[in-house]
This record gives sequence, C-alpha cells and structure tokens, in this order.
Amino acid sequence: MKTTFKSIVLLLSATFILSGCGNNNSKSAGNDGALRSSKAEKVYVAPGEHDSHYAFISGGYSGNVTVYGLPSGRLFKEIPVFSQFPTSGYGYSEETKPMLNTSFGEIPWDDAHHPDISQTNGVLDGRWIFINGNNTPRIARISLKTFETEEIIEVPNSAGNHSSSFITENTEYVVAGTRFSVPVPQKDMPIAEYKGNFKGALSFIKVDPETGRMGIKFQIMMPGFNYDLSHPGRDKSHGWFFFTTYNTEEANSLLEVNASQNDKDFIAAINWKKIEEYVDNGGGTKMPANYAHNVYDEHTHTATSTMKKEVLTVNPADIPGAIYLLPTPKSPHGCDVDPTGEYIIGNGKLSADLTIHSFTKMLDAIENKKFDGDAYGIPILNYEDVLAGAVKSGGLGPLHTEFDDKGNAYTTFFISSEVVKWKVGTWEVIDRKPTYYSVGHLTIPGGNSRKPFGKYMFAMNKITKDRYLPTGPELEHSAQLYDISGDKMELLLDFPTHGEPHYAAAIPADIVKGNSQKIYRLDENKHPYAVTNQADAKVTRNGNEVHISMSMIRSHFTPDNIEGIKVGDKVYFHITNLEQDFDVPHGFAMIGQNTSELLIMPGQTKTSVWEPKQVGVWPFYCTDFCSALHQEMQGYIRVSPKNSNIELSWTLDGE
Amino acid sequence: MKKVILSVLVLSLTLFVSCGDKAKKDSSEKEKVKEEVVEEVAEVDPMQNKGIGPIKSVTLAAEVDKDLAAKGKEVYDQMCSACHKTDKKFIGPAPKDILERRTPEWVMNMILNPDEMVKKDPIAKALLAEYLSPMSNQNLTEEQARAILEYFRTL
Repeated sequence: MKTTFKSIVLLLSATFILSGCGNNNSKSAGNDGALRSSKAEKVYVAPGEHDSHYAFISGGYSGNVTVYGLPSGRLFKEIPVFSQFPTSGYGYSEETKPMLNTSFGEIPWDDAHHPDISQTNGVLDGRWIFINGNNTPRIARISLKTFETEEIIEVPNSAGNHSSSFITENTEYVVAGTRFSVPVPQKDMPIAEYKGNFKGALSFIKVDPETGRMGIKFQIMMPGFNYDLSHPGRDKSHGWFFFTTYNTEEANSLLEVNASQNDKDFIAAINWKKIEEYVDNGGGTKMPANYAHNVYDEHTHTATSTMKKEVLTVNPADIPGAIYLLPTPKSPHGCDVDPTGEYIIGNGKLSADLTIHSFTKMLDAIENKKFDGDAYGIPILNYEDVLAGAVKSGGLGPLHTEFDDKGNAYTTFFISSEVVKWKVGTWEVIDRKPTYYSVGHLTIPGGNSRKPFGKYMFAMNKITKDRYLPTGPELEHSAQLYDISGDKMELLLDFPTHGEPHYAAAIPADIVKGNSQKIYRLDENKHPYAVTNQADAKVTRNGNEVHISMSMIRSHFTPDNIEGIKVGDKVYFHITNLEQDFDVPHGFAMIGQNTSELLIMPGQTKTSVWEPKQVGVWPFYCTDFCSALHQEMQGYIRVSPKNSNIELSWTLDGE
Repeated sequence: MKKVILSVLVLSLTLFVSCGDKAKKDSSEKEKVKEEVVEEVAEVDPMQNKGIGPIKSVTLAAEVDKDLAAKGKEVYDQMCSACHKTDKKFIGPAPKDILERRTPEWVMNMILNPDEMVKKDPIAKALLAEYLSPMSNQNLTEEQARAILEYFRTL
C-alpha cells in the first residue's frame, strides 16, 4: 500500500510538472528555467523578422568573410574574397579570375584576418568593408551595396600582412602593416643577417572618397620588428596611427623564446598627416615594385588586373618628428584606441596587465623631448612619461580591447579564457565572464570608432571542444554573444562560425540594409557579351574559340540546342540572367567541365570556359531551383570530331 | 487501488487537455487554410476586373499613339520576349488582342504587380495554374508598362 501511495504521489507530481504549458514567462532570477527563457527571448528573432545588427566575421584560413545576424547568430552569406568559391563561381568565372591575380600569378586562397567598416567623422557609415589577406599581402574592399568583393590590391615589400586592414576615421587611408620583416628590396642573403638588415613596411593606402578605389600612397620602411596590429587615432588623436610591435629583439629563429626576451616592446606612433604632407611636397623615394591591382567593374560585371611597377617609400630617418616609439609590455597584440582618442591600449599578450598610454602625455613627452634613447634613429619616449595607467585584472594573455558607449572597455584574455570589463580612466575591473574556450578577439558594433553601439558584444573563441555536437576531429569555432547593456555582461548565445574568425566588424542593420542592392539592372549591363534581349542570343566562332552568348529566364536557356562544336574547341559560355526580380538567380553547369558552376544574379552576366574532349551530345542545366519547371531548365550541345564540317547552329524550340 | 490509479490518470488527462486550447485553435486555422486551398475560383467578369496593384484607371485615346507604342515595343522586346511571343502561346500567353479579354488596368497591374496578382486575382491565379511558370516581375516603371500596353493595341 505504501508503495502504491508513493507511486501515486510520484505520478501526480510528474503530472503537475509536465502540465506546465510552457508559457512560463516568470522572470524570477532564482529559477534557471525562467532565466533561460528570458535569455532565449533576447536572441529570438521571430520568423519573418529581421536581426537588428549585421556582423561581418573574417574566415581566417577560409579566405572569406561571413555575414551573420545579431542577436540570432544566424549565417546569411559567405562573401568570397581571397578564395575561389565554387558556390557562385567566384575565382572560376572568367570575370572574377583576375580578382585573384598577384605578382606570383593567380592564387586561389588567402588567410583573411581583420575586417574594418568604412567611417565618416569617426562613425560607421556602412559603405565598404576592408579586409587583409595575410599570406600573400593584399587588401580587399567589399561593397556593402552588393556584398561582393569589388577590389583587391597587392602590397609589395610586405610579408605576413597582419597589422591591417584598419582605416582612418574618414576612410582617408586603409593601412597594411607587415608582421614579418623581410629584405627590401628582396634579395638572396643569409637569414642569420636578419638583424639590422630586414625592414618592416607600413603601407598607407589612399581610398577615393567617392569610389572607394585604393592606391598605395606611401610605405614607411620601419626597423625589422614584427608589426602585429594597429588602430588609428580618432577625434583628438586623428592624424596619428598606432602599431603594436613584438620581436623588437629581431630574432630570426625560435621566436617563441627568442622574441620574448625584452620586458617591453613598442607601440609605434605614426603621424601620418605629417608624412602625407611630406610626400605631397615631393618627399620619399620611388622604388621599382611589382604588384597587382584588381578591380571589378559593376557595369561590365568584369574584373581587370593591372600590374603596378612603382611604390613610394619613406625612410623614418628622413622625416624627424613624425614617428615615435612607446615602450609597452610585453609582446603586445591588440592596439586599441578609445572613442575619445585619448587612450592607446597595448594588450601585452605576455603581460598580466594592460598598458594604457595617454595621447596628451605623448604629445607633451614629444614636445619636451622626454626620450629614452632611440631605435635605428626613431626616438623612444619615456615609459613613465606616456603611461596613463594599467589595468591589473588578474587575467592572463590580454589580446584585444573594444569599447561601449558608456565609458567602459572590454578585453579578451586568451590564456585565462575570459572577457574582462573595466572602466576607462579609473582602470578598475567591473566584471569578468568566462569564455568557452580560449578567446581571441571580440567585437562590439562600432567598438573601434567614436560612436560604439553598446548593446551586444561577441567573443570569437579558438577552441570549441564540447560546446557542440561533435563532428569528428574538426570543429567549427564558437562565437559567444553577450548582452552588455547592463552593469554585468550576460552570456546569451553560442553560435558556430566558419573558418577561423580572427576578428569582426559589426554595425546596426539600419545603416546598411536600405542600400542593399536587389538586382543588376539589364539596361545598365555593359558586359561585352551580355544578352539583354533574348533575340540577341547567338553563337560565334573565331578559329577554335567559340563564344556562346546565352540568356536564361524561368525556366529555359536560349539557345538550348547547339550544334557545330568540335573536340579541341575552347567554348566560352557567356550567360545573362534576364530576370529583373529580387532573389531569382539561375545556375549553370555543364557536364565534364573542369571548373565550377556559375550562379548568376538577375541582370548579371557571367562566363565559364569549357573545353570539350569527347564526341557526343552533352547536357547542361540550371543548378538553382528557380520555378516549378526548374527540372526542365536544360539544354544539349552536340560535340563533333575535330575535323568535322558541321556548321554552327543554335535554336530554342526549333527556331 | 486500481481506482485510485485510474483517477490519477483521469486527473492527468484533464490537466493535459487544459493545455490543448492553443492546439485546437491551430487545427481550426489549418482547416480554414484547407478550405481556402479548395476554394472555387469566383466567377468574375474579366472586362470589369481591374486587377490588384497601383493602376486604378487608364484612359485609352481613340487613336493609337505610335511613338508610345514604338517605345513599348522596345521595352517588350528586351524585358518580355524571353517568355512571350506576340501571336502564340509560349512560356506565357500571347498578348495579341489582350484588350478584348482584359481591362487595360488589369494588364498593367499584371506587369507591375505580378506576385500579388497571382496570389489574389482570380484570373491571374487561374493563369498560373494553367502555365505553371510564374509571370516575372521585371521591375518596370508605370511609364514603361503604359508604353507596352500601347504596343499591345497595335498587335
């Protein structure tokens, strides 16, 4: 009987628990379930509603940029930048192949690190994103109208293009600093003679205010340190740029030991306005160089690559008073400037503390010549005379700091796996939250501008381990979203990120979404092989080169029967999507083609090359489900022997 | 004993059922959707139906405006001929003699607002069911659509 009674009680309690209808919106903090549901509400974006922010996250070794929504953590797009992308045909289509051209030839990949959104008056303007290729030094510019890469410029005299691609507060310049110093110009010499002979180039790339087009204005040939990260001065310090350095020891082997000897390395402070004036007045030395400049034209839908042959270099010794070194413990990584422009934060990755320099004190130290020697003729300022304070957090491995709109700063600590919130000016620690695991960088929308939007912060972690369902040895990295609107940071969400996100830039969606382009207008399509009217579709032969000017619309190709192609021909498919409605792309794939598909947006023309090797009748088809008759969107090409004399012919529906 | 267990079960069931209100509402909404799916297309007089969209009234002059029609042909050739042949059924219907079958407002609304038309306008719905390829929105201006309408008068 007792057992029966017990089981009845159990059954009853179970029933009561089960019959909670799931509409429990109580906010009692003591109840974990309630806490979870209130957090869930903060990241829940109802079906059909939009996220409030865009996050643009670098893919590191994927070479690309991914676009996420915040607070949902949903992935919206992968933007191909430095890597071939068979999904759309980027880097495979004839129009985009030139985008990947370099002085080393076509390179199908790079390591994309630090995206930075264009600014006007120190505020995010949402026009472009710049991002660096770290391996074969390049800077790319992505349009936030089309969310496509529009331009890539190679950076000569550079190696490990890491202290990049940060922009000045009116997007006057995007900088590209070298992490690995190299001989300049390159030459055959013993590696052991590194010290004193290698150079670290800091490149200042001018950005056209209307078009965004980039051109290298000057390169400063700095001592052979490793230039790790950088940020521009802003507001009061606008006109300066700050670069962290490590390996001031100038070691060339076993750097993890030999480049960690000095207690302090430097933050290099560069008065770029002064140097700009100097080169505008004829200063600097032109030297021969060889670097690619690749530009995508939105009207011809085609990229062209131009090799540039010269670059203007500046020797620091020739322009005294423009460059100073601020001693900073120890092997600092992130170099961050607060929204007021007064504080320059050195995130000393081998130091327990954060070092904060004062811009005002720096100017005073310069004026009063408070120097502590020099490095290769560049004055070193007295540490105590430029120091504003230090954050003694107890954390280990500080990497990167961003700011909110309430005078607080947030720093990631890699070794102790945490984000620490502290007060700018008093340096007191307000809050700390663990990250899962081993956080690298963090992002606050506008967090490296004069105007941060301090609602969200996300941390990009290097190690995922047990946070997600396991997927074999390789796991996506994990980002974590925090609500930073209150005194304490609140962890809201984990979301997986693609590649290795080294860094990100985020922006309120309203600044960008109204300008997002929906289609390419047919009447603005100036591609030389565009078919903007189905009646103009045609096939032409020039020797063994065949050009098929083809159109597509739901759901047929014109033409869709082609004869007179021969083995050994080089066949160019130039395909125009005649749709003019938002989100009606078509795809194109050809059997046996040694390249990727094409994904063609409304009003756009793309080209793919096919070299038929076998006699027969070969099909092609649309790869993007476009209508109820998508399965019917196909065609045939007859391939005849090399010596056949079948005339070229092309038809649709027998006409 | 059995009785006790039974009553507990009944109690549990009651509790579950009390949560079922929402589910009930869902299913009745589903039924409504189902009803809509099998809804008969209402009989409409096509010559009275102006369609749905920005065009409320069009006045056609007695004489065809030749310049406007020529402009219309240009736009039609570029933007429409991939799916329409003037005198025979192709991907979509032929526009020849369209104004004997439809009002000018309907024609322009079909050009300018096809997505909503094929969802709500009974004639457009029936056409989609017949042809299956949806009428494309080619993002034309009202001026362009008006010019195409004038061109259709010449066919």
